[in-house]
Amino acid sequence: MEKPCQIKSIPLSSFRAAKPEKKQNQHAPAPVRYTYKYREIPLQRDVGLAVREEKEEMGYCCNNSFPASSHVLLTDLSQRWKCPKLQNLRHKGQFHGSQKASKVLAFYGLKAPPYKLDALEPHMSRRTLEMHWGDHHRGYVEGLNKQLEKDDILYGHTLDELVKVTYNNGNPLPEFNNAAQVWNHDFFWESMQPGGGDMPRLGLLEQIEKDFGSFTNFKEKFLEAALTLFGSGWVWLVLKRNERCLAVVKTSNAINPIVWDDIPIISLDVWEHAYYLDYKNDKGKYATVFMNHLVSWNAAAARMARAEAFVNLGEPKIPIA
Amino acid sequence: MALRTLITRKSLGLGLGVSQSVRGLQTVSLPDLPYDYGALEPAISGEIMKLHHQKHHQTYITNYNKALEQLHEAMEKGDSSTVVKLQSAIKFNGGGHVNHSIFWKNLTPVHEGGGEPPKGSLGWAIDTHFGSMEALVAKINSEGAAVQGSGWVWLGLDKDLKKLVVETTANQDPLVTKGPNLVPLLGIDVWEHAYYLQYKNVRPDYLKNVWKVIDWKYASEVYEKECP
Repeated sequence: MEKPCQIKSIPLSSFRAAKPEKKQNQHAPAPVRYTYKYREIPLQRDVGLAVREEKEEMGYCCNNSFPASSHVLLTDLSQRWKCPKLQNLRHKGQFHGSQKASKVLAFYGLKAPPYKLDALEPHMSRRTLEMHWGDHHRGYVEGLNKQLEKDDILYGHTLDELVKVTYNNGNPLPEFNNAAQVWNHDFFWESMQPGGGDMPRLGLLEQIEKDFGSFTNFKEKFLEAALTLFGSGWVWLVLKRNERCLAVVKTSNAINPIVWDDIPIISLDVWEHAYYLDYKNDKGKYATVFMNHLVSWNAAAARMARAEAFVNLGEPKIPIA
Repeated sequence: MALRTLITRKSLGLGLGVSQSVRGLQTVSLPDLPYDYGALEPAISGEIMKLHHQKHHQTYITNYNKALEQLHEAMEKGDSSTVVKLQSAIKFNGGGHVNHSIFWKNLTPVHEGGGEPPKGSLGWAIDTHFGSMEALVAKINSEGAAVQGSGWVWLGLDKDLKKLVVETTANQDPLVTKGPNLVPLLGIDVWEHAYYLQYKNVRPDYLKNVWKVIDWKYASEVYEKECP
Protein backbone atom coordinates (compact mmCIF):
# COMPACT_ATOMS: atom_id res chain seq x y z
CA MET A 1 0.00 0.00 0.00
CA GLU A 2 1.78 3.11 -1.14
CA LYS A 3 1.00 6.57 0.11
CA PRO A 4 -0.02 9.09 -2.51
CA CYS A 5 2.79 11.07 -4.05
CA GLN A 6 3.07 14.63 -3.01
CA ILE A 7 4.59 16.69 -5.72
CA LYS A 8 6.48 19.67 -4.57
CA SER A 9 8.32 22.10 -6.73
CA ILE A 10 11.84 22.71 -5.65
CA PRO A 11 13.32 26.15 -5.78
CA LEU A 12 16.56 26.19 -7.71
CA SER A 13 18.23 27.99 -4.82
CA SER A 14 17.98 24.94 -2.61
CA PHE A 15 20.25 23.12 -5.03
CA ARG A 16 22.64 26.01 -5.30
CA ALA A 17 22.85 25.99 -1.55
CA ALA A 18 24.60 22.66 -1.90
CA LYS A 19 27.75 24.49 -2.98
CA PRO A 20 30.21 25.05 -0.13
CA GLU A 21 30.95 27.89 2.22
CA LYS A 22 29.19 25.89 4.82
CA LYS A 23 30.03 28.23 7.69
CA GLN A 24 28.04 31.08 6.23
CA ASN A 25 24.92 29.06 5.77
CA GLN A 26 23.89 29.13 9.35
CA HIS A 27 20.72 31.01 8.60
CA ALA A 28 19.82 28.96 5.58
CA PRO A 29 16.46 27.23 5.63
CA ALA A 30 16.30 23.73 7.06
CA PRO A 31 17.62 21.29 4.48
CA VAL A 32 14.97 19.63 2.41
CA ARG A 33 15.33 15.96 1.89
CA TYR A 34 13.89 13.95 -0.91
CA THR A 35 13.40 10.26 -0.64
CA TYR A 36 12.24 7.48 -2.86
CA LYS A 37 10.97 4.11 -2.01
CA TYR A 38 13.77 1.75 -2.77
CA ARG A 39 12.72 -0.52 -5.58
CA GLU A 40 14.52 -3.70 -6.38
CA ILE A 41 14.46 -4.90 -9.93
CA PRO A 42 15.87 -8.38 -10.53
CA LEU A 43 19.18 -8.56 -12.33
CA GLN A 44 19.58 -4.82 -12.15
CA ARG A 45 23.06 -4.08 -11.10
CA ASP A 46 22.70 -0.40 -10.49
CA VAL A 47 22.27 0.80 -6.97
CA GLY A 48 22.58 4.45 -6.25
CA LEU A 49 22.80 6.35 -3.06
CA ALA A 50 20.45 5.29 -0.33
CA VAL A 51 19.60 6.86 2.94
CA ARG A 52 18.29 4.89 5.86
CA GLU A 53 16.40 7.25 8.08
CA GLU A 54 17.00 7.35 11.75
CA LYS A 55 13.47 8.44 12.54
CA GLU A 56 10.23 7.19 11.08
CA GLU A 57 9.45 8.54 7.65
CA MET A 58 6.35 10.72 7.46
CA GLY A 59 5.56 9.55 4.02
CA TYR A 60 7.41 8.88 0.91
CA CYS A 61 6.80 8.89 -2.70
CA CYS A 62 6.95 5.80 -4.79
CA ASN A 63 8.06 6.86 -8.14
CA ASN A 64 6.80 4.38 -10.64
CA SER A 65 7.99 6.16 -13.66
CA PHE A 66 11.49 6.33 -12.38
CA PRO A 67 13.94 4.85 -14.86
CA ALA A 68 14.96 1.36 -13.88
CA SER A 69 18.61 2.11 -14.07
CA SER A 70 18.83 4.31 -11.04
CA HIS A 71 16.79 4.05 -7.91
CA VAL A 72 18.24 6.69 -5.73
CA LEU A 73 17.57 8.20 -2.37
CA LEU A 74 19.06 11.60 -1.73
CA THR A 75 20.38 13.06 1.41
CA ASP A 76 20.98 16.22 3.28
CA LEU A 77 21.73 18.85 0.69
CA SER A 78 23.55 21.23 2.91
CA GLN A 79 26.65 19.13 2.51
CA ARG A 80 29.03 19.69 -0.32
CA TRP A 81 27.66 17.64 -3.16
CA LYS A 82 29.27 16.34 -6.30
CA CYS A 83 26.50 14.12 -7.51
CA PRO A 84 25.84 14.44 -11.23
CA LYS A 85 22.59 12.52 -10.95
CA LEU A 86 21.11 15.27 -8.87
CA GLN A 87 20.67 17.47 -11.90
CA ASN A 88 18.57 14.86 -13.69
CA LEU A 89 16.39 14.12 -10.74
CA ARG A 90 15.42 17.70 -10.32
CA HIS A 91 13.46 17.54 -13.50
CA LYS A 92 11.44 14.49 -12.60
CA GLY A 93 9.17 16.69 -10.59
CA GLN A 94 7.95 14.10 -8.16
CA PHE A 95 9.55 14.83 -4.89
CA HIS A 96 8.12 14.76 -1.48
CA GLY A 97 9.89 16.94 0.96
CA SER A 98 10.18 15.96 4.56
CA GLN A 99 11.26 18.62 6.94
CA LYS A 100 12.98 16.30 9.41
CA ALA A 101 16.71 16.64 9.63
CA SER A 102 18.46 13.32 9.60
CA LYS A 103 21.93 11.92 9.48
CA VAL A 104 23.22 10.06 6.47
CA LEU A 105 23.55 6.48 7.64
CA ALA A 106 23.88 4.37 4.56
CA PHE A 107 24.81 4.72 0.96
CA TYR A 108 24.34 1.23 -0.38
CA GLY A 109 21.80 -1.28 0.74
CA LEU A 110 21.99 -4.97 1.44
CA LYS A 111 20.15 -6.77 -1.35
CA ALA A 112 18.43 -10.00 -0.37
CA PRO A 113 18.85 -13.16 -2.41
CA PRO A 114 15.88 -13.81 -4.72
CA TYR A 115 14.81 -16.83 -2.67
CA LYS A 116 14.30 -17.71 0.97
CA LEU A 117 17.39 -18.57 2.94
CA ASP A 118 16.39 -22.23 3.26
CA ALA A 119 15.42 -22.58 -0.40
CA LEU A 120 18.77 -24.00 -1.45
CA GLU A 121 18.71 -26.92 0.99
CA PRO A 122 20.18 -29.50 1.03
CA HIS A 123 22.88 -28.26 -1.31
CA MET A 124 23.55 -25.04 0.54
CA SER A 125 22.19 -25.02 4.06
CA ARG A 126 20.12 -22.27 5.60
CA ARG A 127 22.84 -21.81 8.20
CA THR A 128 25.41 -21.11 5.50
CA LEU A 129 23.13 -18.58 3.86
CA GLU A 130 22.32 -16.94 7.18
CA MET A 131 26.01 -16.53 7.89
CA HIS A 132 27.19 -15.83 4.39
CA TRP A 133 24.49 -13.31 3.56
CA GLY A 134 23.56 -12.11 7.01
CA ASP A 135 27.08 -11.70 8.39
CA HIS A 136 29.65 -11.61 5.61
CA HIS A 137 27.67 -9.81 2.90
CA ARG A 138 26.06 -7.48 5.41
CA GLY A 139 29.48 -6.82 6.91
CA TYR A 140 30.83 -5.74 3.53
CA VAL A 141 27.86 -3.41 2.99
CA GLU A 142 28.22 -1.83 6.40
CA GLY A 143 31.98 -1.58 6.02
CA LEU A 144 31.56 0.15 2.69
CA ASN A 145 29.03 2.58 4.09
CA LYS A 146 31.33 3.42 6.96
CA GLN A 147 34.20 4.07 4.60
CA LEU A 148 32.05 6.30 2.41
CA GLU A 149 31.01 8.40 5.36
CA LYS A 150 34.46 9.88 5.58
CA ASP A 151 34.29 12.16 2.61
CA ASP A 152 32.12 12.66 -0.43
CA ILE A 153 34.67 12.11 -3.15
CA LEU A 154 33.11 8.77 -4.10
CA TYR A 155 29.49 9.83 -3.93
CA GLY A 156 27.09 9.49 -6.79
CA HIS A 157 28.14 6.22 -8.32
CA THR A 158 26.14 3.16 -9.06
CA LEU A 159 27.67 0.07 -7.54
CA ASP A 160 29.15 -1.03 -10.87
CA GLU A 161 30.76 2.35 -11.33
CA LEU A 162 32.03 2.39 -7.77
CA VAL A 163 33.75 -0.96 -8.25
CA LYS A 164 35.52 0.25 -11.38
CA VAL A 165 36.45 3.61 -9.88
CA THR A 166 37.86 2.13 -6.69
CA TYR A 167 39.75 -0.52 -8.67
CA ASN A 168 41.69 2.42 -9.99
CA ASN A 169 43.18 0.48 -12.90
CA GLY A 170 44.98 -2.03 -10.76
CA ASN A 171 45.92 0.14 -7.83
CA PRO A 172 42.85 -0.36 -5.70
CA LEU A 173 41.63 2.17 -3.18
CA PRO A 174 40.75 0.92 0.30
CA GLU A 175 37.04 0.97 -0.55
CA PHE A 176 37.54 -1.50 -3.40
CA ASN A 177 37.51 -4.61 -1.27
CA ASN A 178 34.16 -3.81 0.29
CA ALA A 179 32.55 -2.43 -2.85
CA ALA A 180 33.66 -5.33 -5.01
CA GLN A 181 32.62 -7.93 -2.44
CA VAL A 182 29.15 -6.36 -2.17
CA TRP A 183 28.87 -6.54 -5.96
CA ASN A 184 30.25 -10.06 -6.09
CA HIS A 185 27.84 -11.40 -3.52
CA ASP A 186 24.83 -9.71 -5.14
CA PHE A 187 25.85 -11.39 -8.38
CA PHE A 188 26.47 -14.73 -6.69
CA TRP A 189 23.05 -14.97 -5.03
CA GLU A 190 21.44 -14.24 -8.36
CA SER A 191 23.60 -16.87 -10.05
CA MET A 192 21.85 -19.55 -8.03
CA GLN A 193 18.28 -20.71 -7.74
CA PRO A 194 16.38 -23.45 -5.98
CA GLY A 195 16.13 -26.36 -8.36
CA GLY A 196 19.05 -25.09 -10.39
CA GLY A 197 21.66 -27.04 -12.25
CA ASP A 198 20.75 -29.03 -15.32
CA MET A 199 21.84 -27.42 -18.56
CA PRO A 200 21.45 -24.13 -20.35
CA ARG A 201 19.34 -24.12 -23.47
CA LEU A 202 19.08 -22.52 -26.88
CA GLY A 203 21.43 -19.63 -27.58
CA LEU A 204 23.51 -19.85 -24.43
CA LEU A 205 24.08 -23.56 -24.92
CA GLU A 206 25.10 -22.95 -28.52
CA GLN A 207 27.57 -20.31 -27.45
CA ILE A 208 29.05 -22.58 -24.77
CA GLU A 209 29.40 -25.40 -27.25
CA LYS A 210 31.01 -23.04 -29.71
CA ASP A 211 33.55 -21.70 -27.21
CA PHE A 212 34.27 -24.83 -25.16
CA GLY A 213 33.52 -27.67 -27.54
CA SER A 214 30.81 -29.17 -25.37
CA PHE A 215 28.93 -28.44 -22.19
CA THR A 216 30.79 -31.25 -20.43
CA ASN A 217 34.08 -29.69 -21.36
CA PHE A 218 32.95 -26.34 -19.99
CA LYS A 219 31.84 -27.98 -16.76
CA GLU A 220 35.23 -29.69 -16.40
CA LYS A 221 37.06 -26.43 -16.99
CA PHE A 222 34.91 -24.65 -14.44
CA LEU A 223 35.47 -27.30 -11.78
CA GLU A 224 39.18 -27.40 -12.53
CA ALA A 225 39.39 -23.65 -12.08
CA ALA A 226 37.64 -23.95 -8.72
CA LEU A 227 40.09 -26.60 -7.56
CA THR A 228 43.24 -24.89 -8.75
CA LEU A 229 42.48 -21.48 -7.38
CA PHE A 230 44.97 -20.76 -4.60
CA GLY A 231 43.56 -18.97 -1.60
CA SER A 232 40.28 -17.07 -1.61
CA GLY A 233 38.56 -15.98 -4.77
CA TRP A 234 35.84 -16.50 -7.34
CA VAL A 235 35.35 -18.56 -10.48
CA TRP A 236 33.47 -16.90 -13.34
CA LEU A 237 31.97 -17.71 -16.68
CA VAL A 238 32.53 -14.45 -18.53
CA LEU A 239 31.80 -13.09 -21.95
CA LYS A 240 35.00 -11.44 -23.01
CA ARG A 241 34.37 -8.20 -24.78
CA ASN A 242 37.42 -8.06 -26.97
CA GLU A 243 37.74 -11.71 -27.85
CA ARG A 244 33.93 -11.97 -28.17
CA CYS A 245 33.78 -15.42 -26.65
CA LEU A 246 32.91 -17.08 -23.39
CA ALA A 247 35.70 -18.07 -21.02
CA VAL A 248 36.23 -19.47 -17.54
CA VAL A 249 38.16 -17.04 -15.39
CA LYS A 250 39.37 -17.23 -11.80
CA THR A 251 40.00 -14.15 -9.70
CA SER A 252 41.53 -13.67 -6.27
CA ASN A 253 39.95 -12.16 -3.20
CA ALA A 254 37.55 -9.44 -4.35
CA ILE A 255 38.54 -8.89 -7.96
CA ASN A 256 35.83 -9.42 -10.56
CA PRO A 257 35.74 -9.31 -14.36
CA ILE A 258 33.89 -6.01 -14.65
CA VAL A 259 37.10 -4.18 -13.76
CA TRP A 260 38.46 -5.44 -17.09
CA ASP A 261 35.21 -4.52 -18.78
CA ASP A 262 34.22 -8.15 -19.38
CA ILE A 263 30.68 -9.32 -18.78
CA PRO A 264 30.19 -12.02 -16.14
CA ILE A 265 27.51 -14.63 -16.74
CA ILE A 266 27.72 -16.82 -13.64
CA SER A 267 29.98 -16.91 -10.62
CA LEU A 268 30.99 -19.31 -7.86
CA ASP A 269 32.28 -18.11 -4.50
CA VAL A 270 35.27 -20.23 -3.48
CA TRP A 271 36.18 -18.30 -0.39
CA GLU A 272 36.24 -20.88 2.37
CA HIS A 273 33.33 -19.26 4.21
CA ALA A 274 31.08 -20.12 1.29
CA TYR A 275 31.37 -23.87 1.73
CA TYR A 276 33.12 -24.67 4.98
CA LEU A 277 30.04 -25.20 7.12
CA ASP A 278 28.48 -27.59 4.60
CA TYR A 279 31.42 -29.32 2.96
CA LYS A 280 34.33 -28.63 5.32
CA ASN A 281 37.44 -28.74 3.12
CA ASP A 282 35.87 -30.56 0.16
CA LYS A 283 35.90 -27.71 -2.34
CA GLY A 284 35.53 -30.11 -5.27
CA LYS A 285 32.26 -31.51 -3.95
CA TYR A 286 30.92 -28.03 -3.32
CA ALA A 287 31.76 -26.91 -6.86
CA THR A 288 30.19 -30.07 -8.32
CA VAL A 289 27.02 -29.60 -6.31
CA PHE A 290 26.88 -25.98 -7.43
CA MET A 291 27.12 -27.03 -11.07
CA ASN A 292 24.60 -29.83 -10.73
CA HIS A 293 22.00 -28.39 -8.40
CA LEU A 294 22.40 -24.68 -7.77
CA VAL A 295 23.52 -22.72 -10.80
CA SER A 296 20.74 -20.67 -12.36
CA TRP A 297 20.94 -20.96 -16.12
CA ASN A 298 17.86 -18.74 -16.33
CA ALA A 299 19.78 -15.89 -14.78
CA ALA A 300 22.72 -16.73 -17.02
CA ALA A 301 20.53 -16.60 -20.11
CA ALA A 302 19.09 -13.24 -19.11
CA ARG A 303 22.57 -11.84 -18.54
CA MET A 304 23.73 -13.28 -21.84
CA ALA A 305 20.81 -11.66 -23.63
CA ARG A 306 21.70 -8.31 -22.11
CA ALA A 307 25.37 -8.82 -22.92
CA GLU A 308 24.58 -9.36 -26.58
CA ALA A 309 23.48 -5.75 -26.73
CA PHE A 310 27.09 -4.79 -26.03
CA VAL A 311 29.08 -7.50 -27.73
CA ASN A 312 28.54 -8.58 -31.28
CA LEU A 313 28.82 -12.34 -31.12
CA GLY A 314 27.89 -13.33 -34.59
CA GLU A 315 28.66 -12.13 -38.04
CA PRO A 316 26.16 -9.55 -39.17
CA LYS A 317 23.68 -10.87 -41.66
CA ILE A 318 24.39 -8.83 -44.71
CA PRO A 319 21.97 -9.78 -47.44
CA ILE A 320 23.49 -10.64 -50.77
CA ALA A 321 21.91 -8.56 -53.51
CA MET B 1 68.15 -55.41 6.12
CA ALA B 2 64.69 -54.18 5.32
CA LEU B 3 64.07 -53.54 9.00
CA ARG B 4 67.18 -51.43 9.27
CA THR B 5 66.13 -49.43 6.25
CA LEU B 6 62.75 -48.91 7.86
CA ILE B 7 64.36 -47.68 11.05
CA THR B 8 66.70 -45.38 9.15
CA ARG B 9 63.76 -43.96 7.25
CA LYS B 10 61.75 -43.44 10.40
CA SER B 11 64.60 -41.67 12.17
CA LEU B 12 64.67 -39.23 9.31
CA GLY B 13 61.07 -38.42 9.95
CA LEU B 14 61.80 -35.63 12.43
CA GLY B 15 61.21 -31.96 12.00
CA LEU B 16 59.52 -31.45 8.71
CA GLY B 17 58.92 -35.11 8.18
CA VAL B 18 61.28 -35.74 5.30
CA SER B 19 61.42 -39.20 3.84
CA GLN B 20 63.41 -40.50 0.95
CA SER B 21 61.82 -42.19 -1.97
CA VAL B 22 63.47 -44.62 -4.30
CA ARG B 23 64.40 -42.19 -7.03
CA GLY B 24 66.42 -39.91 -4.76
CA LEU B 25 63.63 -37.39 -4.81
CA GLN B 26 62.87 -36.11 -1.35
CA THR B 27 59.19 -36.08 -0.61
CA VAL B 28 57.62 -34.89 2.59
CA SER B 29 55.12 -36.44 4.94
CA LEU B 30 52.66 -35.25 7.51
CA PRO B 31 54.36 -34.51 10.84
CA ASP B 32 52.61 -35.72 13.97
CA LEU B 33 51.16 -33.25 16.40
CA PRO B 34 52.89 -33.27 19.80
CA TYR B 35 49.47 -32.99 21.47
CA ASP B 36 45.95 -34.33 21.06
CA TYR B 37 43.51 -32.72 18.72
CA GLY B 38 41.31 -31.70 21.62
CA ALA B 39 44.15 -30.47 23.80
CA LEU B 40 43.88 -26.88 22.64
CA GLU B 41 40.24 -26.45 23.65
CA PRO B 42 38.52 -24.08 24.20
CA ALA B 43 40.78 -21.76 22.23
CA ILE B 44 40.77 -23.97 19.15
CA SER B 45 38.24 -26.79 18.94
CA GLY B 46 39.27 -30.39 18.38
CA GLU B 47 37.18 -30.57 15.21
CA ILE B 48 39.11 -27.71 13.66
CA MET B 49 42.45 -29.17 14.68
CA LYS B 50 41.57 -32.56 13.24
CA LEU B 51 40.37 -31.16 9.91
CA HIS B 52 43.22 -28.69 9.75
CA HIS B 53 45.85 -31.35 10.33
CA GLN B 54 44.40 -34.41 8.60
CA LYS B 55 42.73 -32.75 5.66
CA HIS B 56 44.22 -29.35 4.87
CA HIS B 57 47.85 -29.96 5.79
CA GLN B 58 47.73 -33.44 4.25
CA THR B 59 46.33 -32.00 1.01
CA TYR B 60 49.17 -29.50 0.81
CA ILE B 61 51.66 -32.32 1.35
CA THR B 62 50.07 -34.57 -1.26
CA ASN B 63 49.96 -31.83 -3.85
CA TYR B 64 53.47 -30.67 -2.98
CA ASN B 65 54.85 -34.18 -3.48
CA LYS B 66 52.99 -34.47 -6.76
CA ALA B 67 54.36 -31.13 -7.94
CA LEU B 68 57.87 -32.12 -6.87
CA GLU B 69 57.66 -35.31 -8.89
CA GLN B 70 56.47 -33.43 -11.91
CA LEU B 71 59.22 -30.88 -11.40
CA HIS B 72 61.82 -33.63 -11.14
CA GLU B 73 60.64 -35.15 -14.41
CA ALA B 74 60.53 -31.80 -16.15
CA MET B 75 64.05 -30.94 -14.99
CA GLU B 76 65.39 -34.28 -16.19
CA LYS B 77 63.76 -33.77 -19.55
CA GLY B 78 64.93 -30.18 -19.70
CA ASP B 79 61.37 -28.94 -20.11
CA SER B 80 61.88 -25.38 -18.90
CA SER B 81 58.38 -24.13 -19.51
CA THR B 82 56.91 -26.89 -17.35
CA VAL B 83 59.50 -26.16 -14.68
CA VAL B 84 58.37 -22.54 -14.60
CA LYS B 85 54.69 -23.48 -14.75
CA LEU B 86 55.02 -25.66 -11.68
CA GLN B 87 56.51 -22.88 -9.58
CA SER B 88 53.19 -21.49 -8.40
CA ALA B 89 51.94 -24.93 -7.34
CA ILE B 90 55.19 -25.57 -5.47
CA LYS B 91 55.09 -22.17 -3.80
CA PHE B 92 51.51 -22.67 -2.72
CA ASN B 93 51.58 -26.27 -1.58
CA GLY B 94 55.15 -26.21 -0.33
CA GLY B 95 54.47 -22.97 1.47
CA GLY B 96 51.38 -24.54 3.00
CA HIS B 97 53.44 -27.43 4.29
CA VAL B 98 56.22 -25.20 5.66
CA ASN B 99 53.82 -22.75 7.29
CA HIS B 100 51.64 -25.36 8.91
CA SER B 101 54.63 -27.29 10.22
CA ILE B 102 55.72 -24.13 12.00
CA PHE B 103 52.16 -23.47 13.15
CA TRP B 104 51.82 -26.84 14.93
CA LYS B 105 54.99 -26.07 16.83
CA ASN B 106 53.73 -22.63 17.72
CA LEU B 107 50.77 -24.13 19.56
CA THR B 108 50.75 -26.03 22.80
CA PRO B 109 48.12 -26.92 25.39
CA VAL B 110 47.60 -24.61 28.34
CA HIS B 111 48.79 -27.21 30.82
CA GLU B 112 52.10 -27.44 28.97
CA GLY B 113 52.80 -23.74 29.07
CA GLY B 114 50.53 -22.44 26.37
CA GLY B 115 50.06 -18.72 26.62
CA GLU B 116 52.87 -18.15 29.09
CA PRO B 117 54.75 -15.01 28.10
CA PRO B 118 58.35 -15.41 27.06
CA LYS B 119 61.11 -14.87 29.55
CA GLY B 120 64.70 -14.24 28.71
CA SER B 121 66.04 -12.55 25.63
CA LEU B 122 62.89 -12.78 23.54
CA GLY B 123 60.86 -11.10 26.26
CA TRP B 124 63.42 -8.29 26.42
CA ALA B 125 63.46 -7.95 22.66
CA ILE B 126 59.67 -7.67 22.54
CA ASP B 127 59.68 -4.96 25.21
CA THR B 128 62.40 -3.09 23.37
CA HIS B 129 60.85 -3.23 19.94
CA PHE B 130 57.17 -3.01 20.71
CA GLY B 131 56.98 -1.51 24.17
CA SER B 132 55.15 -4.37 25.80
CA MET B 133 53.62 -7.78 25.18
CA GLU B 134 50.17 -6.20 25.01
CA ALA B 135 51.32 -3.82 22.30
CA LEU B 136 52.76 -6.70 20.28
CA VAL B 137 49.61 -8.76 20.66
CA ALA B 138 47.46 -5.78 19.68
CA LYS B 139 49.60 -5.15 16.61
CA ILE B 140 49.52 -8.76 15.49
CA ASN B 141 45.77 -8.95 16.06
CA SER B 142 45.05 -5.83 14.07
CA GLU B 143 47.28 -6.87 11.19
CA GLY B 144 45.82 -10.36 11.22
CA ALA B 145 42.27 -9.07 11.16
CA ALA B 146 43.12 -6.74 8.29
CA VAL B 147 44.42 -9.50 6.01
CA GLN B 148 42.07 -9.59 3.06
CA GLY B 149 41.19 -13.07 1.91
CA SER B 150 43.54 -15.77 3.12
CA GLY B 151 46.98 -15.46 4.64
CA TRP B 152 49.20 -15.57 7.68
CA VAL B 153 50.38 -13.08 10.26
CA TRP B 154 53.93 -13.52 11.54
CA LEU B 155 56.23 -12.42 14.29
CA GLY B 156 59.56 -12.61 12.55
CA LEU B 157 63.17 -11.89 13.26
CA ASP B 158 65.31 -10.00 10.80
CA LYS B 159 68.55 -11.96 11.07
CA ASP B 160 70.80 -9.21 9.77
CA LEU B 161 69.31 -6.26 11.57
CA LYS B 162 68.54 -8.31 14.69
CA LYS B 163 65.11 -6.73 14.78
CA LEU B 164 61.69 -8.18 15.47
CA VAL B 165 59.06 -7.53 12.83
CA VAL B 166 55.35 -8.16 12.40
CA GLU B 167 54.46 -9.14 8.84
CA THR B 168 51.56 -10.59 6.94
CA THR B 169 51.73 -12.85 3.92
CA ALA B 170 49.01 -13.75 1.47
CA ASN B 171 47.71 -17.24 0.78
CA GLN B 172 50.45 -19.72 1.69
CA ASP B 173 53.47 -17.53 1.04
CA PRO B 174 56.14 -18.29 3.62
CA LEU B 175 57.67 -15.41 5.58
CA VAL B 176 60.82 -15.42 3.48
CA THR B 177 58.83 -14.01 0.57
CA LYS B 178 58.65 -10.76 2.55
CA GLY B 179 62.40 -10.63 3.05
CA PRO B 180 65.16 -13.20 2.68
CA ASN B 181 66.56 -12.43 6.13
CA LEU B 182 63.31 -13.03 7.95
CA VAL B 183 63.07 -16.00 10.29
CA PRO B 184 59.58 -16.92 11.50
CA LEU B 185 59.22 -17.08 15.27
CA LEU B 186 55.44 -17.21 15.44
CA GLY B 187 52.88 -17.62 12.71
CA ILE B 188 49.12 -17.46 13.06
CA ASP B 189 46.96 -18.94 10.32
CA VAL B 190 44.19 -16.52 9.39
CA TRP B 191 42.73 -18.61 6.59
CA GLU B 192 39.07 -19.11 7.29
CA HIS B 193 39.54 -22.86 7.68
CA ALA B 194 41.60 -22.16 10.79
CA TYR B 195 38.69 -20.72 12.74
CA TYR B 196 35.44 -20.79 10.82
CA LEU B 197 33.74 -23.75 12.46
CA GLN B 198 34.22 -22.25 15.89
CA TYR B 199 34.38 -18.48 15.53
CA LYS B 200 32.41 -18.19 12.30
CA ASN B 201 33.32 -14.93 10.63
CA VAL B 202 34.56 -13.21 13.76
CA ARG B 203 38.27 -13.39 13.07
CA PRO B 204 39.19 -10.89 15.84
CA ASP B 205 37.74 -13.27 18.47
CA TYR B 206 39.87 -16.11 17.13
CA LEU B 207 42.97 -13.92 17.23
CA LYS B 208 42.21 -12.85 20.78
CA ASN B 209 41.81 -16.42 21.99
CA VAL B 210 44.63 -18.10 20.13
CA TRP B 211 47.17 -16.37 22.37
CA LYS B 212 46.12 -18.66 25.20
CA VAL B 213 47.71 -21.62 23.45
CA ILE B 214 50.75 -20.00 21.85
CA ASP B 215 54.03 -21.72 22.70
CA TRP B 216 56.46 -18.95 23.50
CA LYS B 217 59.10 -21.46 24.55
CA TYR B 218 59.50 -22.59 20.96
CA ALA B 219 59.66 -19.01 19.73
CA SER B 220 62.31 -18.24 22.34
CA GLU B 221 64.37 -21.22 21.26
CA VAL B 222 64.34 -20.10 17.64
CA TYR B 223 65.18 -16.56 18.68
CA GLU B 224 68.08 -17.61 20.87
CA LYS B 225 69.47 -19.76 18.13
CA GLU B 226 69.59 -16.79 15.76
CA CYS B 227 70.56 -14.17 18.34
CA PRO B 228 72.73 -15.89 20.91
